[in-house]
Amino acid sequence: MDFGLTEEQQQIREMVHDLCLERVDPRAAEIDESGEFPWDIKELFAKHDILAIPFTPDYGGVSGRALTLLVAIEEISKFCVTSSLILSVQSLGSLPIWLAGTDDQKRKYLPPLARGEQLAAFALTESGSGSDAGGMRTRVIKRGDTYVMNGSKTFITGGSVADTIVVFARTDQDGDTPARDISAFIVEKAMPGFKVGKLEKKMGIRGSPTAQLFFEDVKIPSANRLGKEGEGFKLAMQVLDHSRPGIAAQALGIAEGAFELARRYAGERRQFGKPIMEFQGIQFMLADMATQIEAARVLTYAAGDALDRDQPAVTAGSSMAKLFASDTAMRVTTDAVQILGGYGYLRDFPAERMMRDAKITQIYEGTNEIQRLVIAREVLKEKA
Amino acid sequence: MDLSLSPEQQEIRKLVRDFAGREVKPRADAIDHSGEFPRDLVKKAAELGLLGILVPDAYQGAGLDHLSFAIFVEEVAHYSASTAGILDVHGSVGTEPIVLFGTEDQKRRWLPDLARGEKLAAFALTEPEAGSDAAHLKTTASRNGHGYLLNGSKIFITNAGEAGLYIVMASTRPGSGAEGITAFLVGGDNPGLKVGPKFKKMGLNGSAIAEVHLDNCAVDEADRLGDEGQGFRIAMRALDSGRIGISAQAVGLAQGALDDAVAYAKERKQFGKPIAELQTIQNKIADMAVKTRAARWMTWKAAALCDAGRPFTKEASMAKLFSTDAAMEITLDALQVFGGYGYLEEYPMARRVRDAKACQIYEGTNQVQRVVIARELVRS
Repeated sequence: MDFGLTEEQQQIREMVHDLCLERVDPRAAEIDESGEFPWDIKELFAKHDILAIPFTPDYGGVSGRALTLLVAIEEISKFCVTSSLILSVQSLGSLPIWLAGTDDQKRKYLPPLARGEQLAAFALTESGSGSDAGGMRTRVIKRGDTYVMNGSKTFITGGSVADTIVVFARTDQDGDTPARDISAFIVEKAMPGFKVGKLEKKMGIRGSPTAQLFFEDVKIPSANRLGKEGEGFKLAMQVLDHSRPGIAAQALGIAEGAFELARRYAGERRQFGKPIMEFQGIQFMLADMATQIEAARVLTYAAGDALDRDQPAVTAGSSMAKLFASDTAMRVTTDAVQILGGYGYLRDFPAERMMRDAKITQIYEGTNEIQRLVIAREVLKEKA
Repeated sequence: MDLSLSPEQQEIRKLVRDFAGREVKPRADAIDHSGEFPRDLVKKAAELGLLGILVPDAYQGAGLDHLSFAIFVEEVAHYSASTAGILDVHGSVGTEPIVLFGTEDQKRRWLPDLARGEKLAAFALTEPEAGSDAAHLKTTASRNGHGYLLNGSKIFITNAGEAGLYIVMASTRPGSGAEGITAFLVGGDNPGLKVGPKFKKMGLNGSAIAEVHLDNCAVDEADRLGDEGQGFRIAMRALDSGRIGISAQAVGLAQGALDDAVAYAKERKQFGKPIAELQTIQNKIADMAVKTRAARWMTWKAAALCDAGRPFTKEASMAKLFSTDAAMEITLDALQVFGGYGYLEEYPMARRVRDAKACQIYEGTNQVQRVVIARELVRS
């Protein structure tokens, strides 16, 4: 058993870390304040092949290893979660193509994403259906060689900046077997009838656009259907198995960033004649934070390792990593704000932003309540 | 990164799982109820070579790694944490210091017997007034010709009265704190070593825990483990890897509790369906499963670092802290899933709660683990 990273993974970690320290860290507060998508960071990541990490070399990428991607997401998230989402969503939006696409589809769509010339998004959630995909209302009707799509999607991360969007829609009209009625399609932003609605105002991850998407008689060539008709739900679940460890990595990075901030502050801040780090009240908080982070780290890396080793039954491990790491990020960022005291509450320090950003990791890609259902189902199954 | 078990580790897991299910499981309740030391199980484990997991082949041990040892402790603790505690203390803090710090003569004299289970080992550090504050031990070792005379009292000594060997920490330079502490190998048959009555405890029934009194206990110079003044370092190193064992014990408790809770939740019907279909039960099962898995990975990581010769003090303390807190929460939750039945001693749920509590306390309370972790954090 080896818990170490490969030399290549170490190098990528260091490269991403150094780049983010120099270029992303100074932008993080501005990005949060303005709420604007950081195109400069996207260009920076494209230029340094960071957006190519989710892709294998045969499709223009540099890695394609799950763990390598997790390490990169973790490093960016230490500095700026909004920026980490550029990479996460590039992975999330391309995963359906990677997992279910034909070679033609992969050759057409993946290389521009790997080069960072285009951005991807993943559109599953609707206003009336999140984790309960059976309530999905976006539909397609087949007409000859095209599908005509109507409906809308909501909470789509990066939806307003994406060029290539994988959209899930019903192909069967009676809806008696919801999970088998859903299919996946590659929609291009230039397709007539595709419109971006309003961008949401959010508590955190403010520079990451969360968009409503509308589809009005969008004509999608049959060649853009991913997999067979009716296989979309299964594909979406498979994508989430791969992407939830990414949320875990994001949460892990937030927690590590907040912890480092708190640790440094506790070493410098003096009260009653000594650094507050020397008080057991603070020491125990830091020890608990570090221990929770270590637990989140092993679960997150184990989920990545299981994907890289093509283990069967990865669902529970991915959900466990997401659940635990995101709850950890919430606790650790809250404690970091606490250790910084009044300063922690100020916009001048990144602690409060980290706490606002941490909250979303407990919610998206399946709320943590949904993760518990997923995990319980898997545990009850395996003990059958 | 490759988090798979090696074929050898898989093999040992299969072997100890089979041993635990066949031998330990049917005995667990009786051991708890009677409080009798399970010599039969110790003997059976010895026959399988499980008492010398960390002892090199050259001294008749199995020569396996700490990860294998953690697997062994977990599987036994799955059914009986007290039996696991006996075997853990023997194999880890009781034996490993000789492997690591012993002279060739000491290794030849003690390790084969310990590895074959002909003698059990105990580790005598804690005193009535010095637990985790080990630098302030009151037991002394004064020079006496070619040897030493040990005087003082030790408390909370696991395997006391059953052990054929005690690793005793005493001060050769009273008043000089950690730097004065020296480790000694004291035979169970030494007339100067007397064992008090077994304590009655909340849990870990069957595990013998007692006071050990040293009354002009004479030992040879050749029985000194390491140099004079090296004892504190030996003790801290022993406890570092000892904590991996306690962490594994907690993981076994947690997994056992989870498995029983899942089985019960599937059978028990209320409101016309199994309670496993109620979300409140599912939430408990999910949280128990996540914590158990995280605890196991942390335990294995600390073990893997130790096996790779890398620093692992912080990881071992984190694993011990996390796993034992998790075991406490999980055993309580599992008892709750059983409702009123969980409170009855005819099920193992209450026993696991009682046993889990000890894990938060011994080999350094979890408060001390936090001190250790914080110290490592300041250093990094």
